[in-house]
Amino acid sequence: MAVATRRTQGLTDKQLHYCPGCTHGIIHRLVAEAIEELGVLEKTVGVCPVGCAVFAYEYFNCDMIEAAHGRAPAVATGVKRVLPESVVFTYQGDGDLAAIGTAETVHVASRGEKITTVFVNNAVYGMTGGQMAPTTLLGQKTTTTPFGRQADVAGFPLRVAELVATIEGAAYITRVAVNTPKNILRAKKAILKAFNVQIQGLGFSLVEVLSTCPTNWGLSPPEALRWLKEKMIPAYPLGEFKAPEGGV
Amino acid sequence: MARVAAVTGNEAVAEALRQINPDVCAAYPITPQTELMQRFSSFVANGKVDTEIILVESEHSAMSACVGAAAAGGRVATATCGPGLALMWEMLYVASGMRLPIVMAVVNRSLSAPLNIHGDHSDAMGARDSGWIQLWSENAQEAYDNTIQAFRIAEHLDIRLPVMVCMDGFIISHSIARIDYLEDDPVKNFVADYKSVYPLLDLDNPKSFGPLILTDKYHEYKRAQHEVMTRVKDVVLTVASDFEKMSGRKYELFETYRLDDAEIGIVILNSAAGTAKDVVDSFRERGVKAGLLKPRLFRPFPYEEYAQALQRLKAVAVLDRSDSFGGYGPVFMEICSALYPLAQRPAAVNKIYGLGGRDFLPQHAAEVFAELEEIARTGRVKTTKEYIGVKE
Ligand SMILES: Cc1ncc(C[n+]2csc(CCOP(=O)(O)OP(=O)(O)O)c2C)c(N)n1
Ligand code: SF4
Ligand SMILES: [Mg+2]
Repeated sequence: MAVATRRTQGLTDKQLHYCPGCTHGIIHRLVAEAIEELGVLEKTVGVCPVGCAVFAYEYFNCDMIEAAHGRAPAVATGVKRVLPESVVFTYQGDGDLAAIGTAETVHVASRGEKITTVFVNNAVYGMTGGQMAPTTLLGQKTTTTPFGRQADVAGFPLRVAELVATIEGAAYITRVAVNTPKNILRAKKAILKAFNVQIQGLGFSLVEVLSTCPTNWGLSPPEALRWLKEKMIPAYPLGEFKAPEGGV
Repeated sequence: MARVAAVTGNEAVAEALRQINPDVCAAYPITPQTELMQRFSSFVANGKVDTEIILVESEHSAMSACVGAAAAGGRVATATCGPGLALMWEMLYVASGMRLPIVMAVVNRSLSAPLNIHGDHSDAMGARDSGWIQLWSENAQEAYDNTIQAFRIAEHLDIRLPVMVCMDGFIISHSIARIDYLEDDPVKNFVADYKSVYPLLDLDNPKSFGPLILTDKYHEYKRAQHEVMTRVKDVVLTVASDFEKMSGRKYELFETYRLDDAEIGIVILNSAAGTAKDVVDSFRERGVKAGLLKPRLFRPFPYEEYAQALQRLKAVAVLDRSDSFGGYGPVFMEICSALYPLAQRPAAVNKIYGLGGRDFLPQHAAEVFAELEEIARTGRVKTTKEYIGVKE
């Protein structure tokens, strides 16, 4: 019998530890498939964040290095400068990237480092138990904003894709979501394109992925998908914010 | 009237902060400290305190915001652990150099790599030279009591220095224990209203904090910092005696346990001291004169008092839950420095235990005491520094 489909070689057989309904797992699969489809699995190095994806080194079937919280883009820069032919990606949450590590991301973009960042925005610090992140929506309840985020004391949601797109060294910046099959397919295309931008040496690429955290949002997995659609996407519009002229 | 409760170490310290009601807390979550600030955030959200809580983007910014708030004239507290404390390192020196009386709970955690979230003392030991006062706590009760005393010590007009209050990550921060809380009013009276000494925007006395001081005066400035540190132990003892009057609980520079007539002894910090005390008892039952010393004030280090407490021992083992790789454990180094001026001093060995949260079991303490008996008998030390509880 012909094999119609199979597991991606980009992932190991290790069972994921993510909570039921968490979309980190889908994003892992998309990244792994992209690496496999581009035929670069043997020359890919991934940089793990500190966050729920801290065990990503167990799941991606390539060499991985664990960065300190927020420092993945700087570590990735070091790897890429020594191994310029390699494909280097960071996989980071919104605490890791948009809080403690904002500077690193801004500066890899500013230097136009030829690396790819997969940025998982779930509007909370998932791993530490659902505290407010810079990406938390106004009014959103978290463990550190029990009555909802209020702009006067806790500020406004940070739109990373829009911010990084203003930087010249950024070549490809986009925001996608993984809440429906259609959006998942789009996310896959965006991740493929981001890796292609890197492989062609065009500059820094970043894919912001709107992702669920049912556990810390206090919602069931289907409710979380609905919340992502109804609350997150209006605050974080999907689409390309920067792309190389003439396509990739 | 005390209130008895069953709470985690984190909860106990958050309760102390509620009673003290600082003006500003700037913090970033990190396991195993997260629960502490999270509980405090709910006090803020529920209007139980008037504190401005600043949910900053990193620990480096947390301590920077604390520095700004303290310089502006506010009473300031924060909490962190492990890598978070490491990231604050630059700002720790700024806080102490500016003589800002910030109080920080440190929920001791190991440092990367490899990544580990469990309790050891590498974080605070790495910060021991930063000019902060360090109080260490065996259990939730001590962490609560030390936090309340820390404000009085930090803000004492002879001192004005930041204080960190340490307790073991998970072992104490996350286990539920019985605690005697004090009532709010006595605590509020004990810490009293905050006196801001050189606040910003005092237009009759304008001032700058942390200016550039080069070869002409920097050296003198640092000597002044050293000198103020020499005054700390007296303040710690005065505050402890006031605290005893209020609470009935006695604190000193360190705690001794069956040490007075002991021939062999262990020096050990924090939660593992509780485990080791049981083992002291079992050796005593067998007629062995065993004892223990648990440091409380580690910075500044009161060398003479430690020397006096340990001088009659024949052999002492200093147990460190952190290492100075290529050197001895940090507590051992201090104890040896304390003992050196004595004409007759105990033989001393250093055991490294419990890194990254490895359990410290009674059998480990028993093995150390057995070795000390041997050293006391023969006068011979085989190995000065050794890791214990290692899986081979
Ligand atoms: C220097 C430092 N500070 C704080 C932490 C604690 N910490 C670990 S993960 C995390 C937040 C993770 O949130 P995010 O990046 O959004 O990832 P998610 O878990 O939501 O996927 C924090 C604050 C740490 N490990 N190191
Ligand atoms: S806590 Fe949230 S982000 Fe982390 S695994 Fe669970 S659902 Fe996913
Ligand atoms: Mg997140």
